[in-house]
Formats: sequence, C-alpha cells, structure tokens
Amino acid sequence: MMTSKTLAKIDPAVLIAFGCIVLLLGIGSIAKPGFLSAAYLVQQLQTASFLGIIASGVMLVMLMGQIDLSIPWVIAMGGMMATGAEGILGHTLGQPLAIPFGICCGLLAGLVNGVGVAYLRAPSMIFTLGMNAVAQGLMVWHTGGFAPQDAATPLMVALASGHLIPDVPNPLLIWIVLGGVIVWMLTRSRLGRQIYAIGNKERAVFLSGVDSRKVTVLVFAISGACAAAGGVLLSGWASRSYQAMGDPYLLPTIAAIVLGGTNVLGGRGSYLGTIAGVILITLLQSILSVLQPQDYFAQLGVKLPDDVFRQVVFGLVIIVMMMLYGRERVIR
Amino acid sequence: MSERAPGPLLRVEGVSKHYGGVRALEDVQFACRAGSIHALLGENGAGKSTFIKILSGVVQPDTGKIELGGRPMAFATPGEASAAGVSCIFQELSLLPDLSVADNICITAPPRRFGLIDKAGQRRLASEMLARIGGEDIHPDAPVGELPLSRQQMVEIAKALARNPKVLILDEATSALTAGDVAKVFALLKRLREEGMAIIYISHRMNEIAELADDCTVFRNGRYIETFRAGTKTDNEIVEMMIGREYSSAFPPLGDTMRAGSPALSVKNLSWAGELKDITLSVSPGEVVGLGGLDGQGQRQFLLALFGALIGVGGEIEIAGKPVKIGSPKQAKSPELGLALIPEDRKNEGLMLPMTVRENLSFAALDTVSRFGRVDRAKENELIDEIVRRLAIKADGVDGPVAALSGGNQQKVVIGKWLMTRPRIVLLNDPTRGIDVGTKQEIYQLLRQLAAEGTAILFYSTDYDELIGCCDRVAVFYDGTITRMLQGAELTEHNLVGAALNIGTPATEQKEAAL
Amino acid sequence: MTVAQDPAMKRPKRGSWRYWFAAQRGVLVAVAIFAVMFAVYGAAQPIGMSADVVNTAVNKGALLALVAMAQTLPVLTGGLDLSVGMTFMLANCLASAVVSGSPGMTALGIVIVLVAGLLCGLVNGLIVVYGRLQPLIATLATSAIYFGIALAVRPTPGGDINGAFADWMTRSTYAVPSSAVLLLAAVVLVWLPYRNSVLGRSIYAVGSSPQAAYASGVNIARAKLSAYTLAGLFAALGGLLLTCITYSGEARAALGNDYTLNSIAAVVIGGTSLFGGFGSAIGSIFGAFVMRTVGDLLIVFNINPVLQPLFVGVVLLFAVSLGSLRLLRIRNKLDLYR
Repeated sequence: MMTSKTLAKIDPAVLIAFGCIVLLLGIGSIAKPGFLSAAYLVQQLQTASFLGIIASGVMLVMLMGQIDLSIPWVIAMGGMMATGAEGILGHTLGQPLAIPFGICCGLLAGLVNGVGVAYLRAPSMIFTLGMNAVAQGLMVWHTGGFAPQDAATPLMVALASGHLIPDVPNPLLIWIVLGGVIVWMLTRSRLGRQIYAIGNKERAVFLSGVDSRKVTVLVFAISGACAAAGGVLLSGWASRSYQAMGDPYLLPTIAAIVLGGTNVLGGRGSYLGTIAGVILITLLQSILSVLQPQDYFAQLGVKLPDDVFRQVVFGLVIIVMMMLYGRERVIR
Repeated sequence: MSERAPGPLLRVEGVSKHYGGVRALEDVQFACRAGSIHALLGENGAGKSTFIKILSGVVQPDTGKIELGGRPMAFATPGEASAAGVSCIFQELSLLPDLSVADNICITAPPRRFGLIDKAGQRRLASEMLARIGGEDIHPDAPVGELPLSRQQMVEIAKALARNPKVLILDEATSALTAGDVAKVFALLKRLREEGMAIIYISHRMNEIAELADDCTVFRNGRYIETFRAGTKTDNEIVEMMIGREYSSAFPPLGDTMRAGSPALSVKNLSWAGELKDITLSVSPGEVVGLGGLDGQGQRQFLLALFGALIGVGGEIEIAGKPVKIGSPKQAKSPELGLALIPEDRKNEGLMLPMTVRENLSFAALDTVSRFGRVDRAKENELIDEIVRRLAIKADGVDGPVAALSGGNQQKVVIGKWLMTRPRIVLLNDPTRGIDVGTKQEIYQLLRQLAAEGTAILFYSTDYDELIGCCDRVAVFYDGTITRMLQGAELTEHNLVGAALNIGTPATEQKEAAL
Repeated sequence: MTVAQDPAMKRPKRGSWRYWFAAQRGVLVAVAIFAVMFAVYGAAQPIGMSADVVNTAVNKGALLALVAMAQTLPVLTGGLDLSVGMTFMLANCLASAVVSGSPGMTALGIVIVLVAGLLCGLVNGLIVVYGRLQPLIATLATSAIYFGIALAVRPTPGGDINGAFADWMTRSTYAVPSSAVLLLAAVVLVWLPYRNSVLGRSIYAVGSSPQAAYASGVNIARAKLSAYTLAGLFAALGGLLLTCITYSGEARAALGNDYTLNSIAAVVIGGTSLFGGFGSAIGSIFGAFVMRTVGDLLIVFNINPVLQPLFVGVVLLFAVSLGSLRLLRIRNKLDLYR
C-alpha cells in the first residue's frame, strides 16, 4: 500500500531515467567484465559529480521556466579566476581566497543575468547568451594581455582529486552535500515553493504578493555560483585552468536536466530526476567508450572517430526518451 | 441564397461532449433556419461555449451528428468548418495581434496573384469588409494588437464575414463594442438575415435578444431545455428556464447594514491612465459593496489599483483612517494594510494549476507559516485544515494537483488562499464566473459570514442578481468612474441596468440601438 | 443604414507609410546601426574602401547572414533551432566531399548538399510537430546527431571543392561580391516569395498566437514544418559558401556552436521577436553584418582582436536592454508577467 503510493508520487520520467541507468549498467557488465566493480562505479560517480554540480544551478533556473546559456564561460571564469586569483589579488590574499574568488566571479555573472531577466524582462535565452560572450571576452582578455597564473592551488587539486572520507572522492562528497541542500530547499523551504510557483505562473505569484524578481535574481546567482564551482573543481582535477574548458558542458547539462524530467517550460521537475539524468549521461558516455563501436566499423573498412557515435547516440537517446515523457500538449 | 430553404440549414442531434469526467454537453439538439437569427441562452457553464466550439470545429463531439444543408458534417479543425461555411466570432478573440488588420481578415483565403498574397487586393477586400460593418475608421494596415478592444472586436466580425459563411455564430460579440458600433452591427445582422444567412447569437443582454432574435433555444447544465419563438415568453419565464428554479431564495439574508465607525477603506479622487477617473468610495468594516455596470467600465482596474498592481495611480487611499500608498501586491497583503484580491482569471492569476492544493493554499501566507525560510509543516497543516473545513473544499487530500479539482473547488482554493492571510479588506473580481450554482451559494454565504466578522468587502460581479442579492450597496461604474450608488430599495435590476447604460431607463437605449 | 454610402471616399487606398515603418522598424534600426558601423570602418581603414575590402567583409558576413536567416524562421514561429550551426557545418563537410569534378558532378554535388540541408530541417520539423518535443530540446538533440554525421563525413579537416565554382562564388564582379548576389538571391527568390505566400504568413500567425491561429483555421503543422525545413536549406547554403571560402571542410563542435549562438544574436539585433510573430529574415542579415563588423572595427582601431567576443556580448546585452525601454510605458504591472 505504502510503497505503491510513494511510487505513484514519483514522476514517471525519473523512474524511466533510473530504469535506463540499470539497463546501461547491464549492457556495460556484458561488454566489459570490470564494469560493475565498485572502483569503476565510484570513478563514474566522480566524473558525474562535476556535471552534477554544474547542473544543480541550471536546474533551478529551468524550474523557473528560464534557461542559463552562460554556463560554458562561467565555468571557465570560475576556473580561471580561481587559478589567477594570486595574480589579481596578490600573493597573501590570492592564495587562500582563490576558491571563493572564483566562485564569487561566477556569482556576479549570474547576478547580472538575473537582473537582466527579472528587472529588464529580457528573454533569458538571449541575455545569458550575451553574458556568455562577455564572460568569454573577459577571460580571453585576462589571458591575452599577459601570461596569467593558470596552475591550480594545492587546495583545489585536493578538493578535486583527494578523498576526505576513504573511498569517497571529494567532488562526489561536494555533490552530495550540495544536492542535499538543494533537495531541502526545493521540498522544505519557502524559496523552493516560490521557484516552482514562478515556473508555473509568474502572474499568479505576483498577484499573491510575492516578489518574483528577487527570487529570479537569487536563482540565477546560484546558477552562476554552481557553474563557477564546477569550473574550480574541473581546474583542480586538471591541475590547471584553460579557455573553453566549459564548452563541452552546455549540452550534457541541459540534456541531463531534461532527461531527468524537468520541464523546459518550468514548474515541474525534481532534483532526484536531475541526479538520474546526470548519472545517465555520464554512463552513456562511458559505455560508448567501452563498447568502441568504431572498432566494429573499422573492421568493415570504415574509419570513424569515436565522437561520431557519442554524438549520434546522445542525440537519439534524448529524442527517444523525451518522446516517452516530455511531449507537449496539443493546441486547442 | 435569397430563397429560403424549407428545412433547417443547420441541424444538430444527440451531441455529447465530456472533458475527462466532467460532462459539458449531454444529448443536445439544435436546429437553425436560413434567414433567421437564433438566440442561444443559458447560464455560464450551461454548455453554450462547448456547443459553439463543436459547431466551429475547435473541439470534436464524443457522439451525435451535425447536418449542414441536409448533409452530415464532421469538422476536424476550425479550417474545415469555415471552408464548409460555418464562421464563428469568438468571445476570446481569435485574432493574431502581430499581424495587420488586412492579414487577419484574409488569414486563410487571401486574394492571390501568381500564387502569392495580393497585398493590394487584400487591403481592398479588408476595407470593403470593414466598411460593410461600419468600421471604416480602422486602417487595414494597422497591427491588430495596437487597436483598442472595441476595434479588435469589429475586425473579428469582419474576419468572420470575409469567409462568406452560411452560418455565422456570434459569442458575446458585442460585449466590448460601443453603443454606436452595436447599432451598426445590429443593422448589419438584420441585413444578413434578409440575405439568407443563419445567425446564431449568444448574449447575456436580454434587450439585445429581444431586438434581434427570431427563435430562442435555452441550454442548462449541458442539456437542451427548449426552443421557442421569440416574444412568446416573458423575460422572467426565460430566466427561470435558464436557472431551473426561482432564485429569490438563493441569497443569504443581509446582515445589519451600515455599521457605524470609520471606514475600513476610503478612496478619494482615484484616477489612472485615463481609464479610471475621479473615483471616490468608502467601505465600512462589515459591509459588502458591489461594483456594477457593464463589463469593462474600469471595475477590474479599480480593484487592481487598490491592490498595488497599477503604476501611476492618482488620488488618495486611506485604510482604517490612515493615508497609505500601495506600491505592490506584496505591500497590499502586508498585515498593516490587510488587503486581499481574488482575481478574475483563476487559471492564470489565481492558481498554479499543476501544484498541489496545499502549495496553492499556503502560497500567499507562506511568510506566516515559515521561519528562517523553512516552511513549518505542522503550522501549515493546521491552517490548511481549518480553511479546507471552513470552505468545504472537496479534494482527495491536499497533496494532489489543484488542476484535478472542479472549477468551483478551484475557486474555493483561490479564496481560501487569501483567507489564510487573514485580510481585513477583501477585493473580489467576478469570483463566481464559470462555476456551478452550488458553489456560488457557498461563496455568497461566505461573503456574508466574512462581513459579519467585520471584513470590508468590495465585490465586482457581471451578474446583476448577485449584486442585488449579496451587496449592501452597489457602485455602478460607467466609463471609468462611479456614476451612481444604489442601496436599499433602490437596488433593483431595473435601476442597475439603467445606471449601467448611464441612461434613465433601458428602454431608451433600445430605441437608440435600433436607430 | 449607417454604413458609409461612398466607401471609396474614406477608404485608405494605399498602405500608409506609418504602418510600413512600424512593421519594418526592427530592420531599419539594424540597417542604421550597420551603416554607421560600416561607414566608420571604411573611414578608418588605412587603404580605404576598396573592392577587395568590401568583398572580404561581405564574404565573412554572408556566412553568418545565411545561418541567421535560417534561425529567423523557427524563431518567427515562436520556436528555436539550436541545430542551424551544425547543419551549416554538416553542409560544409559534405560539400568538401561531393562538390568537385566536372561541372555536372559539381552541380549534382551542390544539389546533394542543399537536399541534405533540407532533410536536416525536415527532421527537426517532424520531431517538433509530430513528436511534440520542445524545439529547444529537439534541436539540441539533432544538433548532436548532425555534428556526429559531419564528423563521420570529415573526420579530419580537409577535402576539396571545385576551384572554378569556389572562385566564382567568392569573387567580385564589377565591385559586386558574388556572396552579396547569393544573399540577394536568397532574399528575392526564397524569402520574399515565401513571406508573401499563405504558408509563409502562417508562420507569423503561429508565432503571434498559436491558439488564435488554430481557431482561425491556420494549418499549424504545415507552417512549422515549412519553417524548420527552409531553415535547413538556408543553413546548407551557408555551409556551401563556407566551403567555397575555405576550400575545405571541418567538423569542429565550437565552430557549429558559435554559429548557432551568433545566429540567435543576429536575429535579435535584426529586430525579430524571440517570442515569435514579428520580424524578418532581412533584418537578420543586417544583424549578422553588425555582428561581423564589430570584429572588423576592433582590428581597424587596433584593439586586440581577441576582445571580439567581449564586444559582441556587450552589443548583444545592449540590444536586449534597449528592448526594456518598453517597460517605461507599462502602466499595469500585470503586463510584465505573462
């Protein structure tokens, strides 16, 4: 009784996404013996946590019915500003403040996005796109004039590749904590209610005497901060920051969120779904590198880069899964 | 088409339509002659809208058949219906705001040259159509979205006529028109009747129906009731047919009218953007003041102005004797002011439909049930239980989506959401529109109850009976200002209608309209 | 009878200029911005406005202009096409493989490239219309697929194109660049007839109000299908031109994404509403040239060209913020919240 009721409350999208994860694990275990080993799965989760941290903020933005296309270069900004903090703030301040500085820069970019969307009523798609270009320009400027410090601080490296708790990589730990905070926020807090409400009907929110604009600004700022935090971790992981480090993350981020059942028009979606979507996307990419479909084609005499399969399968999976549960209503 | 067909041009039999589990139409029949104007009457929710949506191909019936000129018809889309000769002038305009008047009028079948739209020909055609209905002042190149509502309505009529329909349906088509326009449109409709068109006319204004209709059909609760020749029944008989009972006992008794003491809300010379002019009004605690008049005379804007949703409101507002500035709904609902607004459009302005009953109910009062940003579930449950009980909201638990509730219960959720803020002044914007009679009764009871507890209430309604039955006083709006205040014995339908039209008696207006 | 007895007296016979200006205001603003920027560029250019300078500028601008024209159509329906850049790139890779050899083979190759573009667009349209997916998601997914295919066609940069054809497409005749002629042809032979057909007008109708369009009997499915399909054609034309300019094909994710994102920016600068229903592909052409001239201006004024994204971003933010001036006229706050 109880379980059926709980199950019924979970969005079918989330169930399907988790179902696909199980399916992928099955395929993986057949294709490669060591696939289901704890070490390999933990490694997958560690890879997923970078995407998960970045997607956390964007998911909140999408719940409001908006979108944040500025994440690629806000990620890069977070990484580059953290590694370059020493050059900007000086040695004494820059070394300890590297991480907060990087995240604050992302937060600032998100804040500007939020003001543009909430107060100037600019379409978020175009405003965040402009912010992406501005962030790109600023970063290119930052590296163009002089050779900036691009090496990650020891703390960043430790955060990205160390283990505070044995066998649990730090990024995963960070993702778990961040996820916990967001789940609490979405389900238990006033802010969470307001985010969902804005995504459903901002007009009704306004007439309910709630200042939706402040909430919008706050959420965009969170999104910027999450992306920048992702950038900080990514540069810790790679031990350095570089331009365009965020470029490969825009598509998977949005894909993970919508595959997890969050409605692009806003108002519906759960963080559990986003977790599922992030793991799904990560596993999909890993399976493709395990299966090596290009070898099969190479035997037939067709040499194809492995990215071909990653991209095509990626696209097809999104289309097929969204057809299952993400269709729009018919106009009447 | 000058020769009149012997049988009915349009015949509908056994049509039913359900939306989910809700019955909108049940086994409805209808027949309409060529060269006649057929009035379709019924309360809100009687099924008129669904019926004309079926006739015009917007929705498909579950069962039943439609015959046009003796041939069976099934319209899958509005395009097919209009190609077959059925055009509809919708209540919610079917105009494309970004396109020009001419583009709108000729949207589906414009004149063409070399396969492309003949702009000049289209402009000419549009001008002709506009001239025919008396809308020469509308430029065919103007974007429709920039025209005032009354002009848009004229474009909508021209658009329907441009398709040369055999059957023309007008759904409250005159609601936004000026008196002069109404006269022109009526003259046109009469001429079209002479030319052999079948016209189905839906209106709530009995005087319009008396002037135009040849036949009348009454729907009630999704069912067909009766068809009769115009003029064979009195207005009272028709109204009884529409509501299915006598309504004298439908309203709870008024409380002790006119409490003494300072007014809860008093407004002096309030004005806004040329749409509200010099409004002066005061409401005492425990008093229900109705806002009357024709639809669209500034009543909605007046309530929005009080609730802080309008920019640049002039004049003075005093609450409990203290002058206040209300800059936003957030400020309006604050405990110091204690205002609440039940908006007219519950689906877009009142509720977040996919969210749960709980989330909707506590949304306006979230600040009072949360501490440090955390929603206190226990406190929330307590308050919600109280409201659900008080309003008798029928829902399968409070954690299901509010969209699953019936219209009446949804409206109760909107009202409940605002009662949770414990307001001292409640503004209601046509709260009973489109909800069932039972819920209406409950809302009337609730209003009187709130008043008895000392709440000041401003109640806008498009339903005159409601105003008469529920209000201590009614302020009649005309052209953005209060033209008359009716109370006590003066508060009769006759006076309300007369004041709404801003003339001595309704009869004069009829004469004017006939000119 | 109060109907005017002599309607000809009152009837406005011709379109009035006021409405024409209002309808074209977006395009006119884009043209004005471009004219000013290009004049400054010409004046500051040390070698002046030679035919060569113009030819290079137009070639560069025409690429983005074609992709921006492609983007305009889905945007007019109230949708979006995130795959235009990848379609553009796919066409580029395909052209570098098939547009070569004898004139006959070259012509066939061109047809193949354009048909491939149409197909890409058609698939987008089918997924949006019959799959009922959000355009954003649908085209995000297909953009990955088209990129994959482009990569399969051209795993490493390279390829070739018929030299005579490429030369003819990129040179100037009597100081008129061929790419400008191509743009003009795209406007006169494809865009204008489409825009003035019932089908083309229906995309404005759908974008303006889907419900009203449906109630007016507009065929929504056909409108959207045509918009996405035609978008594929324009993007493929752009890809073809790119191959003529570079003599090679390259499948690089950043290239496609850049074009997609810049096309959205060009559409907005060109005065098309992202909510649909208002705008024009002609505006997008000038929007694209504005975007490109920003980069040229930086070079002329000796500003480090790496700063181009910064200036493009600032121009974009400025352009959308200009739109916010309408907020000053709003008297009813409900108009802010849809």
